[in-house]
Amino acid sequence: MLKYLFNFIVFPGFLFTVIVGLLACWIDRKVTARIQWRAGPPWYQPFIDIVKLSIKEITVPRAGSKGLFFLSPLIGLSAVTLVSTLVWLVNIDPASKGFSGDVIVIVYLLTLPAIAVMLGASASANPLASLGASREMKMVLAYELPFVICLTVPIIKSHGLLRLSDIINYQAVNGSFAASLSGIIAFIVMIFCMQAKLGLVPFDASEAETEIMAGTYIEYSGMLLAIFKITKTMLMVTLPLFLITLFWQGFNFLSLWKYVIILVVIILIRNTNPRVRIDQAVRFFWGKMTLMAILAVLLAVKGF
Amino acid sequence: MGRKIIPIGPYHPLQDEPEFFKLHVDGETVVDIDIELGYNHRLVEKIAESKNFDQVAFMVERICGICSTSHPFAYVNAIDDLLGVKAPERALYIRTAIGELERIHSHLLWLGLAGHFLGYNTVWMWAWRYREPVLDIFERVAGNRQNYGMMKPGGVRRDLYEEDFPWIKKTLRDLIPKIDMFKGAVMDDPVIRARTEGVGVLTKEDCREYCVVGPTARASGVNIDIRRDDPYAAYDKVEWKVCTHEGGDVFGKAVVRILELYESINIVIQCLDKMPKGPIDSGIKDIPPGEGIGRHEAPRGEVVHYIMADGGNSPARHKIRAPSFMNVASNKKAVIGETISDATIILAAVDPCYCCTERMTVVDYKTGKKMMDGQDLIRLSREKTERLRNR
Repeated sequence: MLKYLFNFIVFPGFLFTVIVGLLACWIDRKVTARIQWRAGPPWYQPFIDIVKLSIKEITVPRAGSKGLFFLSPLIGLSAVTLVSTLVWLVNIDPASKGFSGDVIVIVYLLTLPAIAVMLGASASANPLASLGASREMKMVLAYELPFVICLTVPIIKSHGLLRLSDIINYQAVNGSFAASLSGIIAFIVMIFCMQAKLGLVPFDASEAETEIMAGTYIEYSGMLLAIFKITKTMLMVTLPLFLITLFWQGFNFLSLWKYVIILVVIILIRNTNPRVRIDQAVRFFWGKMTLMAILAVLLAVKGF
Repeated sequence: MGRKIIPIGPYHPLQDEPEFFKLHVDGETVVDIDIELGYNHRLVEKIAESKNFDQVAFMVERICGICSTSHPFAYVNAIDDLLGVKAPERALYIRTAIGELERIHSHLLWLGLAGHFLGYNTVWMWAWRYREPVLDIFERVAGNRQNYGMMKPGGVRRDLYEEDFPWIKKTLRDLIPKIDMFKGAVMDDPVIRARTEGVGVLTKEDCREYCVVGPTARASGVNIDIRRDDPYAAYDKVEWKVCTHEGGDVFGKAVVRILELYESINIVIQCLDKMPKGPIDSGIKDIPPGEGIGRHEAPRGEVVHYIMADGGNSPARHKIRAPSFMNVASNKKAVIGETISDATIILAAVDPCYCCTERMTVVDYKTGKKMMDGQDLIRLSREKTERLRNR
């Protein structure tokens, strides 16, 4: 029991993922800054940002629903913490950990941060926040479809394995799925879905700063905003790891470069695109991305 | 979802200046817009009446930070018109060069901001980086990156030095490949095209009805440009062409501004090549009674200054009409029917400059009723002009 609690809170769950996530956040900010001819922050900047936010006053909108307003950041945070614990443990020791169907559980848990954001935004009773929440909802509907379809590709290719550790072991024997045609297509689609899940440009319509002033987060301040930020940074670690686990033979501390490559791809997409409108995003995911996902599934069934 | 009001302003990350657009939205669609200005009214016209003619040039320079030479340019044109004499030839060329350099940096600034509003911060930073060399030129020739203080009734305040010309020309020529890059980035990027093409279309008729000026009008195919239609300074002595686009959308406005960058570089280089030797100041001693109108094609469109002198040391009446005053109102036509995401870039696409545009409304604060409407103010203004005439 104590061991699981340690796994959940310290390593490799909450604390460890937050530290790695904040470092990744620094890499993101630094690379972005260098691309944009700026100097960029020192490595500890994301940490002191969080510390500073934590000690700030929390203002609660009078018209809002207070319970939900306080609760929703925690819902998102706990869901991501659970996912990160699962994914890390499976990757550190593929032989023993995990349970049958953990892939499905993770997919459900990964939608919770977005739902938490929506709940919190709706609870804050701000027109801009509700606009952001409605955009977030459309975005979730848009990217979940190709995301789930692509998820079936590794399952089909591994002949119906639903346990993450089994998928890693299968890839260790038969080569990574990303090396096959269907695998690489699904992987690319997944990267776009991940960009949307992370709420980064070009899919950041729900918190568009210049349109609706951070939208969903507009009423959040202090510790609660810090929790949302932490959730985002944890996702920035967990989602790429989940992808690597599914398609790229899993992850250990020697293969840090896999994570760095995905991180750089995320940063490049974010810095070479303007924000798309929400209807364009929905069309993109339900059109091109879903078609590519279906193509990947068909190819996987055919054995490519 | 029912109808809601989405406020853009008075303090909003979209624009650094205080402005207030009330978007009435139905879901994501904008069904109506209220444009409320007047948060930064500074009584510039009134202040002008208490300054002498030389000081006014400095004062109007501070109306706008971005197009800081446009107002003095129009002002000195008005003084020239009042006097009926032209400034020395060399001064005219220097004025033209300064005006065009300003257009380059202003358009680059807009390009960056447009990128920022679309969430494309890389374009923002890159455009502003490539704007730096232009500001360096200003720093070399005028000592300031903004507010150059070059314009002066009857001439210019500072000479340009011949030994600087090769460096200026080289800096500008080096800018051309960078603008080529932006041109490619805007015209070939599918996502930018998706966000800007067909968005916020202003037809030719709309432009006429709203008296839209500058690049906003030229992007809708209205072929107007004060530099060509009513030549002043040295614009009739250099080779250049007016850039237009038929689209009328945000994309067209971006294209027109990018094409104008090439023309401006071209004009500055020609001015430096053709600049004659001679005095830069005609040494005006006093301003006789009379009226003068000065026009200048600012980066945002035509700016008009009207000067009425009564033989004294300062203008008896100074009337300013900035281009944004005409352009901002056209948002009413362009924004309605679009989504909120597009509304922000459409509002920004006219390159608004609110400080130039501020007007005053007299409101009874207890009832919230307007004490005076536009007609009342026009009547007041006419009465005052009449009083001045009879003085």
